[in-house]
Formats: sequence, C-alpha cells, structure tokens
Amino acid sequence: MKTTYREAMRAALRDALNGDERVFLMGEDVGRYGGCYAVSKGLLEEFGEERVRDTPLSESAFVGAGIGAALGGMRPIVEVMTVNFSLLCLDQIVNTAATLRHMSGGQFSVPIVVRMTTGAGRQLAAQHSHSLECWYAHVPGLRVIAPATLEDMRGMLKLALADPDPVILFEHNALYNQEGELEEDWHVTDIRRAVVRRSGSDVSLISYGGNLHKVLAAAEALAKTGVEAEVVDLRSLRPLDEESILASVRKTHRAVLVDEGWRTGSLAGEIGMRIAERAFYDLDAPLARVCTEEVPIPYPRHLEQAALPQIESIVEKVHEVMGQHA
Amino acid sequence: MNREPSRLSRSQGLRWLKDMMRIRRMEETCAELYGQEKIRGFLHLYTGEEAVAAGAIPELEDTDAFVGTYREHGHALMRGISMNAIMAEMFGKVEGCSRGRGGSMHLFDAGTRFFGGNAIVSGGLPLAVGLALADRMQDKPGVTACFFGEGAAAEGEFHESLNLAALWQLPVLFVCENNLYAMGTALARSESVTDIHAKAEAYGIDSQPVDGMDVMSVNSAIRAALKTVREKHRPGFLEMRTYRFRAHSMFDPELYRSKEEVEQWKQLCPIATLTAQLQAQQLLEDRDLTTLEASVDAEIHAAVEFAEAGNWESTEDLLRDVYTEDAVTAQEPIP
Repeated sequence: MKTTYREAMRAALRDALNGDERVFLMGEDVGRYGGCYAVSKGLLEEFGEERVRDTPLSESAFVGAGIGAALGGMRPIVEVMTVNFSLLCLDQIVNTAATLRHMSGGQFSVPIVVRMTTGAGRQLAAQHSHSLECWYAHVPGLRVIAPATLEDMRGMLKLALADPDPVILFEHNALYNQEGELEEDWHVTDIRRAVVRRSGSDVSLISYGGNLHKVLAAAEALAKTGVEAEVVDLRSLRPLDEESILASVRKTHRAVLVDEGWRTGSLAGEIGMRIAERAFYDLDAPLARVCTEEVPIPYPRHLEQAALPQIESIVEKVHEVMGQHA
Repeated sequence: MNREPSRLSRSQGLRWLKDMMRIRRMEETCAELYGQEKIRGFLHLYTGEEAVAAGAIPELEDTDAFVGTYREHGHALMRGISMNAIMAEMFGKVEGCSRGRGGSMHLFDAGTRFFGGNAIVSGGLPLAVGLALADRMQDKPGVTACFFGEGAAAEGEFHESLNLAALWQLPVLFVCENNLYAMGTALARSESVTDIHAKAEAYGIDSQPVDGMDVMSVNSAIRAALKTVREKHRPGFLEMRTYRFRAHSMFDPELYRSKEEVEQWKQLCPIATLTAQLQAQQLLEDRDLTTLEASVDAEIHAAVEFAEAGNWESTEDLLRDVYTEDAVTAQEPIP
C-alpha cells in the first residue's frame, strides 16, 4: 500500500494504543492539534483525552512525569516536538531515566519511549534544525534508535515499548512527507541490529535516519561511475551494532560515515574510531566522513543546504577515498 | 503556624521520640563514620529536621509512593527501610538498599515504594507527578509524597510540576522542607517571595505553612493533607519550616550563617521539645529514656556491624544494571 512516514508512525502509535492499556501518548499538541507534524492526528478522537494527553509547554515536567508514570506501571510514549526543545528536559532523560536502574541496584527500570524529531532541511533556522542525537547516544542507560524506512517507522515502536529501559526514538523531520510502498502485513523491525540497505564491494557508506536516502541516492550515482557502495543503516545509535559495521568494512575495505551531526564530537567520529580500533589493517584507504558544517543551521535555503551532507558531497568524498580525484 | 495543643498519648509520644532519636543518632554516627572514611562522597545530614520525617512519613500507607532528595536518610528510615540496609548503602556495600550503587544520596527501595534519593534539586517533582498519574490511570489508591527543600522553588521544574499536578488533579502531596538554606544561599537571597506555600496557592493547590520543629504539628498537618489528597483526588502542599543544625554537607565550612543563629534554632530542637512536653505531662520517666536510648544504640551498633561485615561488589559486575538484561525479546523482528 502507498503511505507516508507520517502515516506509518501514526499506524504504529494506533497499534500500540490498541495493543496495551498501559500505553498512552503525551506531549505538546499531540491531542487536539493533532501533533505539530500531524503524526498523531485523529488519535485523540479515537482514544480520548486520558490516553492522548496534551501537555503544557513544560518539557522537563512532562518528560519527568512520563518517567514517573513508567515507574508506576504505565508505558508512556512521550513526544517532544524537536530535539532542540528536548534540551529543556535533558536533566530528566540523562540524570533520571538513564541512571535509575543503575542507582537503584536494578530495582527500578524506566520503560518510557521518548519520540522527537531531529534534523534540518526545512528552513526552520538554528533553533529548530539541529541534530543532537549523538548527545543521547553518549549516555549509558539509554537506547537510541532512528528509523529511516517506512517499515522501520512502523515497526520499531513495538520493540521500543517492549524494552524495559528508556528508548529515545528520533524521527527526521524531512521524512514525514515522503511516500512509499509498505506491505499491509505488520512486522516488528529490529532495534538492535544495523542492516545493509544496498550491497556493494568497494566502499561502506554508514549512515542512519533522514540521511539514509541521500546516501542511497549517492550510491546509485556512484554505481554509474563504476563504484559499488555498500550502504549500512545503523538503526540503533546506542548501542551501536559494531559487528555489522565491521563486517561491512572488512568486505569493502573502505568507509565513509555520513552524519547530520556536527563533525566535532559526532557519532561519525565514534564509528570511525571503532573501525580504526578493530579493522585498521583491513582498510585500503583513510576513513572519511561527511558531516554538517560547524555552524548553527542558517535560514536561507542555499546556506542551509551548503551546511548539510548532500548527495554530491557524499559522492565527492567517496571518489576521494577511492583515489579518484576529479 | 500555631503549635498544636498538647493531646499526646504516651505510646504515640514514645514512638515519635524513638523515631527522632533513631534518625538523630544514625546521622551523628554517619558523621563519625565519615571522619573514619568508612563513608565517602557527599553526606547530607538531617539533624534538626527529624520532626518532619518522624511526624509525617509513618502516616503514609503501603500503597503510597515516596520521592525524596539527597538528604533522605531519615526519610528512608521512617519509610521502613532497615537501618542495616541504609548503613550498608552508605558504606557502598552490596547489601545496601541500592546494592551499594547509589550511596548516601541515592537510597532506593522497591518494597516500600521509595523512589529515591534524587540529587538533582527539584528533579523528583516531575517524577512524583508521573507516579501519581500512573496511580490515577490505573485506579490505584496511592498518594505520592514528594519531599524537597525550599531551594527547589527556584527551579523551573517546581513550577512546571505544581502546574501539571493541579491541572490534572493528581494525588501528589508536595512537602517542602524549608530549612532556610539552599546549600549556603539563604532563602531571602534567592527568592522574591519567601513564603513557599504561597507559590503553591498560586496554582490553586491547598497549601499551608507548618511548624516543622514540632512533631505534633507536622503530624496533624500531614494527616489532614493526606486525607484531602486521598479523598478529593487533588494535590496538596505543605511548607515545613525547619532548620538543619549541621552544615549542608561534610565539605561545608558554613561561612554563610552565624553561630548565634544556629544556637537559636537549636533551642527549638524537636527531640528536646517533645521530651520536655512528655515529661511535663508525666508521660515519660527517666527509665523510659534509658530504655529508648539503649534500644536505639543497639539498632545503630547492629547496623554499623552489618555494614562493616558487608561485601564489596565484584568489579566483574561493574556493567550490571545499566540495561535490563535480555531485554528486547518480546517479539521476533525482521529481517
């Protein structure tokens, strides 16, 4: 069936609300407004105000309340509009949700799912466009996932909810409107394993979330120039599926990391280091990465696009790694 | 903030006296053990504030939840966590109530619904709102008691949480232990309005100040507040006016307040006050005091021995309890 990422996530939310009475959705404008990206449109009418719960603009309180509700036996899905706003509840996520199990000697788990959008590309300027998922991926105690395909968008939530530990689910805002074909049959998709989205022999392109599509397009463009790129979709940013990453690199002997985070302190840097630690002698070329330029994301389209990883910049970087300078 | 007229039964009086002595002596013992480097890290003692925990916490039901701060040893003891488990936790031993992983600031106990032990000022307030929400959504009878210091009132989370609890009419009893100092910053140096209870009133929450140095006042206030929260399904707020006789922590040189001020407050010592009241009403004899002291000493002695004899967790278990083991097994995923 033809559907969009937005509808795929809505289907996942509906399925979760139908499947377990303990599940409820809470966040800013998720109810009457229908979700700021219209993801939860219609769910209030379907499930009522107890289970689709509009909150005040109080990120710390409602995410913290989600954590408390999880401790109290519920299975909250908490939506924070964007990762930018989630900095207002960073304390609750990092200091409480991530630490409680450990600090309590294993007595309390926090089965919460926090959904938030991330990423740039819609001319929303600096305070609505940042990609800070690597901040969350830095923290032990959290599981961080990023669906990139329709199947994953619909299929990841169920396992995220089944996880007794806190899960942060990142949805790239540029994906919501994209259409595609999705099987009618429901599947649960893995939130632990990375997956090879395109097989190739010459170079591993490692990415996740909203940038996967740019990477796949770059791989197609590269194929026309005789370079067969393998595309690895991480899906889980914490824990990283190191074995899948290394397996691909050991096959292709080259790696380019594509990450919409800033280069400094990026997830790409972490992945590159892991490859260097464990597969250095398998490499035929230096590791490389395509990240966002070190600038708060600007508003004008041409500057915004210049700041972000693009199909062209990925292709160019791969050629460089292949020793094929223009 | 009138003191309750004395309607004191002997058994209740002795119980409070004993509980306050248990807290006081446990805390003073912790200070000694800190000096011996048996207890490390931050240690925030409750000395002087005993009337609040002893008067309030035993009024909670088993089905209620408790959320506290980093000055929570007395709270934990009053909630029913054994002194052995508390002391072992201070030592960092695996027999501690948090397996030694939390230490002084992070006492936890699932059995008594004791949800910390939170060292982020005001961090526990949203948690309490969520626990109350969960109780309400599951039609459970519990009230969540959320204890915090007056320093929390300066944090955004305090206001966000009070608003949310009032907006959703959740069964949370907020208990502010106003000991006048947020670490070393006096209330008047950090708040434009120093009546903390007035801030709760602004959110439409029933609120009142209580003489936190008087166990009877604390007790009658908490009983009334719990009744309202339980029966009317809405939040309540109490501002317990109290004072800590000791410094903020063991690292605090206490340069921010005068010795005279501390001495003045010590005149209001809740243990001495209650002792005098019981004696005046001839409800307490000297031999009662001797018996109480012996019993408290024995409990503390046993707890220290228990902690000393406890075990250090193997470093092989270092990574345990970061994630729930064998999680994500509920469904067989594709591909």
